[in-house]
Amino acid sequence: MKEYNGIEALRAGLADTRGREYWRSLEALAGTPEFKEFLHREFPQNASEWLDPVGRRGFLKLMGASLALAGVSACTRQPTEHVVPYVRQPEELVPGKPLFYATAMTMNGAGVGLLVESHEGRPTKIEGNPEHPSSRGATDLFAQASILGLYDPDRSQTLTNLGTIRPFTSFISAAKQVLEAQKASGGRGFRILTETVASPTLAAQIRQILQAWPQAKWVQWEPVGRHSAREGSRLAFGEYVDAQYAIDKADVVLSLDSDFLCQGAAGLRYSRAFAAKRRIEGDRAQAIRLYAVESTPTNTGTKADHRLPLRASQIDAFAHAVAARLGVAGASSAGLAEAAERWLDPLVKDLQQAKGRSLVVPGDGQPPAVHALAHAMNAALGNVGATVSYTETAEAAPVDQRAALRELVDEMNAGTVEFLLVLGANPVYTAPVDLSFGAAMDKVGVRAHLGLYEDETAALCHWHIPEAHYLEAWSDVRADDGTVSIVQPLIAPLYNGKSAHEVLAAITLEGERSGYDVVRQHWMDSGLVPTAPAREAEDARATPRSAPPAESGRPQGGAQPSVVPASAGAAAQGAAAAQQRGPATFTPAPAPSAFDLAWRRWLHDGVVPGTAFPAKAVTLRSGMSLPPAAGAGQGLDVVFRPDPSVYDGRFTNNAWLQELPKSLTKLTWDNAALVSPATAARLNLVSGDVVDLKQGGRTLRIPVWIAPGHGPDTLTLHLGYGRTRAGRVGNGIGFNVNALRAAEAQDILGRVELSKTGDRYPLACTQDHWSLEGRNIVRVATATQFAEDPTWARKLEVLPPNTISMLPAYKYEGYAWGMAIDQNVCTGCNACVVACQAENNVPVVGKSQVLNGREMHWLRVDRYYTGEIDAPDTYHQPMPCQQCESAPCEVVCPVSATVHSEEGLNDMVYNRCVGTRYCSNNCPYKVRRFNFLLYQDWNTESLKLQRNPDVTVRSRGVMEKCTYCVQRINHARVAAKLEDRRIRDGEVLTACQSVCPTDAIVFGDLNDPNSRVVQMKKSPLNYGLLEELNTRPRTSYLAVVRNPNAELEPVTQGARHGAES
Amino acid sequence: MARQPQPNLSAADAAATAELMARTPPVISPGHTFESVTESISHTVLSKRTGIGWFLGFFVAFLLLMVLNVTIVKLLLTGIGIWGNNVPVGWAFDIINFVWWIGIGHAGTLISAILLLFRQQWRTSINRFAEAMTLFAVACAAMFPLLHTGRPWLAAYWLFPYPNSMGLWPQFRSPLIWDVFAVSTYGSVSALFWYTGLVPDLATLRDRAKTKAAKIIYGMMALGWRGSARHWQRYEMAYLLLAGISTPLVLSVHSVVSFDFAVSVLPGWHATIFPPYFVAGAIYSGFAMVMTLAVPLRKFYGMEDFITMRHIHNMTKVMLVTGMIVAYGYANEAFFAWYSANEYEQYMMANRMKGPYAAFYWSLIGINALMIQLFWFRKVRDNVGLLFVLSLFVNVGMWLERFIIIVTSLHRDFLPSSWDMYEPTRWDFGMLAGTIGLFLALFFLFVRFLPAIAMFEMRTIVPEAKLKADQHG
Repeated sequence: MKEYNGIEALRAGLADTRGREYWRSLEALAGTPEFKEFLHREFPQNASEWLDPVGRRGFLKLMGASLALAGVSACTRQPTEHVVPYVRQPEELVPGKPLFYATAMTMNGAGVGLLVESHEGRPTKIEGNPEHPSSRGATDLFAQASILGLYDPDRSQTLTNLGTIRPFTSFISAAKQVLEAQKASGGRGFRILTETVASPTLAAQIRQILQAWPQAKWVQWEPVGRHSAREGSRLAFGEYVDAQYAIDKADVVLSLDSDFLCQGAAGLRYSRAFAAKRRIEGDRAQAIRLYAVESTPTNTGTKADHRLPLRASQIDAFAHAVAARLGVAGASSAGLAEAAERWLDPLVKDLQQAKGRSLVVPGDGQPPAVHALAHAMNAALGNVGATVSYTETAEAAPVDQRAALRELVDEMNAGTVEFLLVLGANPVYTAPVDLSFGAAMDKVGVRAHLGLYEDETAALCHWHIPEAHYLEAWSDVRADDGTVSIVQPLIAPLYNGKSAHEVLAAITLEGERSGYDVVRQHWMDSGLVPTAPAREAEDARATPRSAPPAESGRPQGGAQPSVVPASAGAAAQGAAAAQQRGPATFTPAPAPSAFDLAWRRWLHDGVVPGTAFPAKAVTLRSGMSLPPAAGAGQGLDVVFRPDPSVYDGRFTNNAWLQELPKSLTKLTWDNAALVSPATAARLNLVSGDVVDLKQGGRTLRIPVWIAPGHGPDTLTLHLGYGRTRAGRVGNGIGFNVNALRAAEAQDILGRVELSKTGDRYPLACTQDHWSLEGRNIVRVATATQFAEDPTWARKLEVLPPNTISMLPAYKYEGYAWGMAIDQNVCTGCNACVVACQAENNVPVVGKSQVLNGREMHWLRVDRYYTGEIDAPDTYHQPMPCQQCESAPCEVVCPVSATVHSEEGLNDMVYNRCVGTRYCSNNCPYKVRRFNFLLYQDWNTESLKLQRNPDVTVRSRGVMEKCTYCVQRINHARVAAKLEDRRIRDGEVLTACQSVCPTDAIVFGDLNDPNSRVVQMKKSPLNYGLLEELNTRPRTSYLAVVRNPNAELEPVTQGARHGAES
Repeated sequence: MARQPQPNLSAADAAATAELMARTPPVISPGHTFESVTESISHTVLSKRTGIGWFLGFFVAFLLLMVLNVTIVKLLLTGIGIWGNNVPVGWAFDIINFVWWIGIGHAGTLISAILLLFRQQWRTSINRFAEAMTLFAVACAAMFPLLHTGRPWLAAYWLFPYPNSMGLWPQFRSPLIWDVFAVSTYGSVSALFWYTGLVPDLATLRDRAKTKAAKIIYGMMALGWRGSARHWQRYEMAYLLLAGISTPLVLSVHSVVSFDFAVSVLPGWHATIFPPYFVAGAIYSGFAMVMTLAVPLRKFYGMEDFITMRHIHNMTKVMLVTGMIVAYGYANEAFFAWYSANEYEQYMMANRMKGPYAAFYWSLIGINALMIQLFWFRKVRDNVGLLFVLSLFVNVGMWLERFIIIVTSLHRDFLPSSWDMYEPTRWDFGMLAGTIGLFLALFFLFVRFLPAIAMFEMRTIVPEAKLKADQHG
């Protein structure tokens, strides 16, 4: 610092200023040039250079030089930076190669074993578990679609208390406080509400709680549970039992409004058994005859040789009449419609001729009396022990759920319920309307809800805990035959969800424990396996099983195309699920106990051996007191059914299921009141008319849909729609039929009045046309006609001569892929459609686009009717790409975007496609699908995880279609080449094939004379669709052979096909 | 060409011929000279005053053109899902409009090329604007094959055979590739033909222009035409050659367009009659469009002297003949559907007649088979106002024909399960209206800035020209 000019000068300077001035230092006050320079230089050292012309040029020079040099430096080798792939490589994980883990899915009080495909730790596709007695490699559509539910971005993601985000621990302490207070009264105010529980562990946990709080109660509520079946068995036998049907041993089956092929946990098993009986090998016609009496058309009804549509309330009377003729005590007879009367004699005669080989199957929607009558009829026909047996129930605690729920609501209204813990259920939406569950909720002190979504119930609860999806949590479940599967997670909970096991453990005695510990401890304590160390440890060690399960797996010859690793350690951690789960499995015990080994085996196989229920001896109660047969009803009957796609509403937010065309109506994105054509004509209704349904002061406004083959004077209402808090997909679509569903009439509601509103409502249907138009698309003959002329189906074809082309036919030297579809056994269950969607990243387009005819399903199941409109025969025809050898689509593409492979596949080159749509126009089967808009969701992160990495995600403006799952073929090709062999038959299963419970779809190499597909194509029933166009389709169909009772159906001349209609 | 009775005819013949002469209007009204022809045609172009009617018409056309712009921008941003197309109806308004516009273009080429070769002098006064119409119609048509694709930014060049590093070529078996060649050839030859014919007139405009800008612009466009004998000789040769090249195009382009359908396997498309039937339909609709344009043109620009009743009559007769061929095509389709005993063909025909689009089918039959029978009557042929209305109907009828062929064949084909209905959206109509706007806007600009009638060719048919020829005799 220099000398100041003088203090005086400063004083003078200060005196000159006006007002108040602040000064920082004497230098500042003096305003010396040095200070000014300092100020100027203080911040960016070179900033002032800009003011100096020479400096700016220098700067530009420097910049130029540095830019040039930066380019030069790019030429030098950059230092190598090593990326570490996995710190600890997960066992068995080869990037690009999917792993399969066994688990199980629970629905409606029973489980189905699954194998879940996992790509680098993310589950992408669900397959059936070939080892599981229900699944045998197949699944239903719900299991297929549940993978989308896992990644649903609308799932609840945080634990909330009155809408505020809270940690799990705060819920624990709050709940514990309440429960401590309840201790005094023994839990008088504590209620647990669950769905039907089929998990032995969960049931044990709850029972333990009930011991600690003896006054507490456990209520189960399943909106479409097997309530009537349960009560029917108690009516007949005095105890709760499950009937197990051996359909493969039956020759004559009577279904009383039962959809045993496509609904319920045993549906897969029964479908398989039915198919085994129905399938035609060689020239042998099938030996089973199925009669179906039903009001709502079901898939089972479509497979029936004789189907009688009846008014819903008349089925009871019909059951009584048949039972009376079979000599069942207590059966009364009532007036029947004329058509039904005509049925009785031939039917009873047929049943009696097949004593011990017949079967009567009652439907879950029928009242308990019909179930009791069916049990009695089976007993009278000598079927018990032959085609029907009885076991304990798969559900852990059978109880009259309807009565229990009513009692709970009464207690809630009385204000005695202090703490209601709802685990998984959504009673506010599903409970009977007259119970006003929502209103009763207000009177409960503390309400907590565990659920996948912040649904209607969560909205009325103080606490909401996000539930872990079954693919995220440990649990266990019994299959319909009692076989236990351990449910193991495939991925760590995406949103920190908790399972019911964890919630119960945390708030009660046990303290916070992982689901893994809870489940494992339960089975350790079960005494199923001794827990002492095993002697022959190395022998029993569950080694990774890298061979496909074909060797041990599917008896019908199917096989899983990939590796099933040992699940014990690796799968337990589920690749990504590792962090917080069971450290016990990671500490390698020097000598694993027998339990450890067994546990590993259970996880690996997906089943706990020896847990199937043995048959149970039951005796029919002598004096069954049955309500008399209902007389002819008045007004209209209404039948409540779970929706074929969204079930009871739990899948309402699942877009795959919303867009899945319901098997018989082909409706998407909505429910409607199904009505028979005759009733519609009488009431002057057409599809899409909005009507008001009134009964007992309750009304419902809903559009009608005419369903051929529907029972007269009956409306079918499907549950699961009209939800308000389902999520972005499911909110506000369809109509909430629970508004009419009172406690007393959960299944069938009588005396309903219908009035037209005059409004119209657009319903998105994917197949408007019902008739075959006389075309020989589906070919049908009776068993007699088939016996007379086995090759009749082929005679309906006008084949073009081989000489039609000037060029020699192309010789397929390597593989020649082909498919055969057996229409005899296809039940139209739709599982294949969802499987295809999941496997091939098929997008969802939404209702407005479906209305416009732009649905994207690569595989559709066509449904055709023939015969009278009120009682038609119904046929299902799965329609994938036919992979024509001379494909009309290929020649018309201007850019060669669809070309033929040397294996006979009609390949689609997405990158080359410009989207002229000529190929689609020229496809006689119309199996091509066009991305009119950007249908794929490119933005939602969670949905990206679900996509199959082996299949291109298509963009806007591109045509797409079925590929015969070429990615699976290529996986198998890699495996085969490594072992220097051909791909074995059954090594490649297309997605539709592997999920099919009836093995209706068979895929394989046509160049392998021993392959199953070649055997099937040798059948005299085999025919190609539209072969007269010389498309030479690789996909062929097996014609339908029906087995009608000559007494009910006069023999028609010649083989039947569409032409007669 | 004034007809003179031959001297060696009998009196009765002479009288009959004279009567016929009197009933046949001349191709140009009497009293015109070289100067009057040139003046009245070029005045329209060179006049500084533009009528309010032109502005009104152009404004409407321009608005429609803006509709086209908005539609195309929306289309490119969103995808062709904004239209009503679906599966099974993969093509609808897009291809209907394409075929319709391409068909309309055909009359221009027929008039310019084929009638030139046949030395039909009446073509002279209508060929210029008919050719312009061709060009504008092709411009409208060519938009659709590109914009109807899902990814036009790729289709724009992938449909052309160009050597590329991927070794990929278009698929030459596809009729769509034939289309690319047919339409692009047609468009370029038509443009060349039209421009070549314009050159002498552009020179006239250059010489008569009053403003500097007009002199420069027309001067550049006239390509240095001085009207020397060598110029005329070369011009005549070039024009004749181009006419020769264009002639097969009249037949080939629409034949190739018809292959888009005939080559497929679809009932209703797969028919051997398509090429001739499409060509006849094209000429039919093209003449209807010429009529639609000629009637107001001669009215508002006072050109009744040049576009006389002779032209109107002849165009009506061509429409009658080609319309009858088209009607024969309909009958043929129906007959062979029945005669083939093929259930799909039979159903296709029954569906057209009785199905959900039956109203369109019967409108089509009403217009193209029944209504045109009115053209037999001279009274109808003399009534210009009525002919204008009828020509509009023919335009609609031919649009409906393409709708019937494309939509009714697609919407119900082989498997009843995939049958569906087609409903156009406002964007479909936007595209149709927009191309009409483009067409009209171009046409308005054309009549304002270029001679709508070939002046130099008109000069060859005034009596003055005849006299000189006779004198040189």
